[in-house]
This record gives sequence, C-alpha cells and structure tokens, in this order.
Amino acid sequence: MNEPARTMILSRLRAAVRGVLPVAPPEWNPPALPGGEARIERLQRLLEAVRTEVHRVPRTAWVESLKPILRQRGVRRLLYAPGTPLGRSLEAGWDDGAGDLPRRIPFERPMEDCKAMVFEVDAAVTSTAGAVADVGSLVLRPDAREPRSMSLVPPLHIAVLDSAAVFDSLGAIMRAQKWAAAMPANLVLVSGPSRTADIEMTLAFGVHGPKALVVLILVD
Amino acid sequence: MGERPAFDFRGNILRALADGQLRRNLQSAMDGLIRKRRAVFDDPAELEALRTVGQSLKQAALSRLPALLEELEANCTANGIQVHWAETAAEANRLVLAICQGERATRVVKGKSMVTEEIGLNHFLADHGVEVLETDLGEFIIQLAGEPPSHIIVPAVHKNRDQIARLFHARIPGAPYTEKVEELNAIARRTLRQKFFEGQVGVSGVNFAVARTGSLCLVENEGNGRMCTTVPPVHIALMGLEKVVARLEDLPPLLRLLTGSATGQIVTTYVNLISGPRRPGEKDGPRELHLILLDNGRSRILADPELRQTLQCIRCGTCLNHCPVYVRIGGHAYGFVYPGPIGEVLTPQLEGLARAGVLATASSLCQACGEVCPVRIPLPDLIRRMRTDGACQGPGGPEDGCRPPLWESLAWKIWALVNTHPGLNALGNALLGRFGRRLPRRGPLAAWSAVRTPPRFAPKSLHALAVKEGLPHE
Repeated sequence: MNEPARTMILSRLRAAVRGVLPVAPPEWNPPALPGGEARIERLQRLLEAVRTEVHRVPRTAWVESLKPILRQRGVRRLLYAPGTPLGRSLEAGWDDGAGDLPRRIPFERPMEDCKAMVFEVDAAVTSTAGAVADVGSLVLRPDAREPRSMSLVPPLHIAVLDSAAVFDSLGAIMRAQKWAAAMPANLVLVSGPSRTADIEMTLAFGVHGPKALVVLILVD
Repeated sequence: MGERPAFDFRGNILRALADGQLRRNLQSAMDGLIRKRRAVFDDPAELEALRTVGQSLKQAALSRLPALLEELEANCTANGIQVHWAETAAEANRLVLAICQGERATRVVKGKSMVTEEIGLNHFLADHGVEVLETDLGEFIIQLAGEPPSHIIVPAVHKNRDQIARLFHARIPGAPYTEKVEELNAIARRTLRQKFFEGQVGVSGVNFAVARTGSLCLVENEGNGRMCTTVPPVHIALMGLEKVVARLEDLPPLLRLLTGSATGQIVTTYVNLISGPRRPGEKDGPRELHLILLDNGRSRILADPELRQTLQCIRCGTCLNHCPVYVRIGGHAYGFVYPGPIGEVLTPQLEGLARAGVLATASSLCQACGEVCPVRIPLPDLIRRMRTDGACQGPGGPEDGCRPPLWESLAWKIWALVNTHPGLNALGNALLGRFGRRLPRRGPLAAWSAVRTPPRFAPKSLHALAVKEGLPHE
C-alpha cells in the first residue's frame, strides 16, 4: 500500500537522523504515595472532586448496595454483561419480580443488532481492571463479554472496583498487570463522568459520554 | 490548506486588537488556564524534573524515528491495524477519501484533531460528497460558525456564551435560545448522539503512538473521542509521524505533562489506548482500523539539528496561553492552523518562509513560552531562527540576503560612534533633551512614534546631573 511514499519517507528520515546519537530515555517515578487505606482515600477524594459518587460496599453484598442507588436515580433499564463473574452475581441477587427494581438487560448480541437498545438504556454496570490512585483513574479493559460501549453510551455508568486492585500510579499498574505483554483492543482510563469546558471555560458534565459515574469499591 | 485566501498578518492583528469582546473572551480564558496549570504543577522542582523527562523522551524517540515507525507499523499490522503512509496533506486526504468511498460512507464523525485541520480534511471530503461532523463541543461550535479553530486545545475560546447561544438557535433546527451553559451542552449532546448513532466512519487524531505494543493513545474529556473510535464500523486515525514513542512506560510522564499543561488537569476524563479493531467474538468496536502516518514536511524538519526540536511538540497549547501576543490577538489572526509561539515556529517550516515567515515577528521574545513548554522546546530561540532565516531569503542566497540595508548599517555605526565618544554623547543627550519630544511621526520612526505617546526626555542626562551634584563616586 502506497509503498513509494513509505520508502521515500523512511529514506528521508534515515538520512535526517544519520549521526544523531541516540538519547537514553530516562526513568520517571511519580512522587510516592502512602500505601494501604490512604491510597484508597486519595482515589476516592480525586474521583469525588470530578463529580463521581463513590461507595465502599461489602464484597459479598454489592448487589444489595447497588439497588438503593438505582432506585434513587430512577433507573428502569440496567445493562449488564452476562457470563462475567459480576454479571452472574447480579443475576443471582436480582429479584426480577420486584416492581421497584430496574429491568436487567444483558448485552448479548453484537452492537449492530442492538444499537438502539444500547442507546436507550438508563444505566450500565461494568467491572474494572483496577485503579490508579495518584491521578484518580479507573482502568477498564472491555472484552468479548463486556463490550466497550457499556461504559460509554448509557447516561449512568456504575463501575465495580476491587479495593485490592488499587495501584499507586499508572506505571505501577502497567508493570504489575504486564500490559505490554498483551494489550486488549481497547483499554481506557476513566476519571469521572464525561465533561467539557468548551463554552467560556465553564465546566459542565455529561456532554457525550455518561452524565454520571458511580464507583462501588468492594471491601472485605 | 487551512489558511484563509489572502494572508494579511498586519491587517489581522489590527482588526483583532480593535475587537474588545474578543480580547475580553481571550483574557479571561487564558488567565483561567494559566491558573489551573499552576495549581496542578504545584511543586516547581517536580515540574522541572518532569519537563526534563518529557524532553528526553521525545528527543530519544526522534533520534531513532525511522526505526520506531517501522516497529510501530509492524506491531500495528500484527494487531490488525491497516497502516498507510502519506507524504503530503493531499495524499493523506486522498487516503481518507478512498477508505470512505470503499465503505460507501457519506457520514463521517470526527474527534478533535489538529493534524486533520493541518491537511484541511473537512473541506476536501465535503468537496467529494462526504459530510464530516465535528463532535468535540468546541469544534462543533466553530464548524457551525464556519470558522477554523482559534486555539489548539479550546478551539472556540474566542466565542462567549451569548455568541454561542445565538449560533445554536440559528443553526440547529428546533434549538431554543438559551445562554445557560448546561442547556447549550444538552442541545449539543442531543444533536450529536443522533450523529454518532448514524456515523459510518469515525476519524480521530493520535496523541501518542506506542511502537512496542502497536497502540494509539488518545486523551479527551468529553467522550466524543471514544464515540468516534467505538461506534462507527470503521475508524481512521491520523498522526504526524513525530507522535511515536518507544514504550508503554513512556506514557505516564508524557500524559502528566500533556494534560497538566493543556487544561491543568492531573488526568483527562478518558485516556484511550487502542490496539486494534474489534477482535473475534467482541460485540462492539470498529471492524476496520486504519492508521495514516503523515510526513507533510516533518522529515525535512528532522534533518535540521536545531529545528528538529519543533517536532518534540505534544500540542498542549500552553505556549499560546502564556503568550502576551496570542492573548491579545487570538488564534485567527495568525491565519494558519497552528497559532501562538509554536505556530510561529512550525508554520513557516510547513508552509515556507516566503508565505508564513512573517509570523515570527509576532513575539516580544519575553521567553514565557520557552519557560512553560512541557518538553522544553526553546521556542524563543527557534522564533529568532525563523526571523534570521526569513531575513536571509534574499535573491543572492543567504550571504546576500543577510546583509542589512545601507541605512541600517549606517544607523548602527552612528550609534556606536555617539556612545564611544564622550563629547558626541553629551551633545546627543542635549539634543534629545531639547528635541526628543518631537520624534517625527512619518518616515522610518513612524512604526514606533505613530502609535505611542512621545517619550519625555529629561533636560539633563543622569550623567550630567551626577557630575553637577558631585556624587562621591564620580
């Protein structure tokens, strides 16, 4: 494919850097954080500062903790990923007959076949691969079972985070989880609901992505 | 590409300076951006260390650019990304059009990308029957207004909410008139959601491309970048070839510098790492992902050891925010896609000194841009280099062109003479004291005297006074 352009560009670039001594890339370590509880507190503080609702909930009873949040926000249709551990525990803890609970809607088919549904649900609940405490980010690794649009299209995104997967820094989580060895097609850091300041630098939330983000931190 | 028909820099500057509303809009926005940047980089020592890391990482990548690009191409291809090379803007435009035509696509949704502005993609596609919709709120606003961006990061910064309210009311069917920012955002959200839903091709830029993993990193706050790269069946990413870095581990410091410098955020709402199209079994994401590597003059810039530093730029826009000239005239006055100090350096190199060399005159060389640049590009030095190169554009080559005009050499000779001979110096001072207020408003001094209050020279010079008063040191 346009091989001549490639050849020309590369030959010019090679000529341009001929004789340039390669610079050794330096290491950078962000300021260290206190560990343990303080790390989770920092994460929570940073997320709350960008209008994210954070709840610490018992690991075994997160579905019960989710219910009042959904009721309070008037969620009627909740998108979830069947077949994931999260999806299975949601199914197990759901009383489909209870009138005040949202209808759970599994993301089962390719986007093309259910695009309207994805654009119409009120909320979606997803897992997270971890979090970065020094900047206050969640790490999402969408995959075949948990599609990427779940955390993007519905107006409310509920992210479930294991407190054991909170790392100090982006570099730390990259190394610990060996990202470089196998990158998924899509990996995204999420720090709060969608926002913009394009009109008079006035901060406003919910411009294209979710209008609200709720994080449930699973603790023992 | 990108520039308006006739480039009259002086005229643009005078018009911008006369626009009080523009100056107020810019001043308040730039003050806010400067304040937020300072708040996020609250430890000066840490910031300086980080800037050094950013500079070395970009220099390291540039020093082995061809090898990194080949590595990027190989790993992207292994990830299922189709990689294309474009020598010129026109070639890149044709590549995008060919992909759209192959998909029979007529509706493109685009995330904010300066490189697509650089190549004039929207106009080109529109001329060939493909509608491009800008989805970043700021870009959406200026697209409605039919204007180019006036800032690298906040493209609609020159407009205030009243202007945007009138624009939405006039151009979006069914949009009520409202000056509430929340409501204006809601109007944009409704309009654009439908477009994402219908979009056939998504176009985006790239902030960093990671050679080792074949990943494209894209930062944003709105989620429109995620929409453009997730919902349409085809995603086309365009990048200037200087955007490649070696390893995933290079990203954390560069991201910190980029978001902190650009918007004063410790991290943006979304940091996307895209390493391929939809994989087998996945339910969403584009079926096809194309990456276009654009040269458009960059290989030529790389060949010059000093100018090469221009390519370190990560497009954070902080040099604009801190520039006393940019804050007063705004981005449109610069006439080309990249405004401010980086534009004064980059544009003449992309468009040629003959067309754009005059941009380098829009600087007081106050050094602010150089002090804040997150990757330590010596912008003031490069602006001076552009001036020198521009002055050397004479018909007989550099030597000929660099010779100053006769009146200038004469003026400097007289100045030297007066300042090295005490008698002449005293005479000069006396003359200035008497006639200095009557600087001619015509002739060679008019550029200074026509627009300024005449200076008030003391009747006696300090030197003369000191002699008279008998200072002990004299």
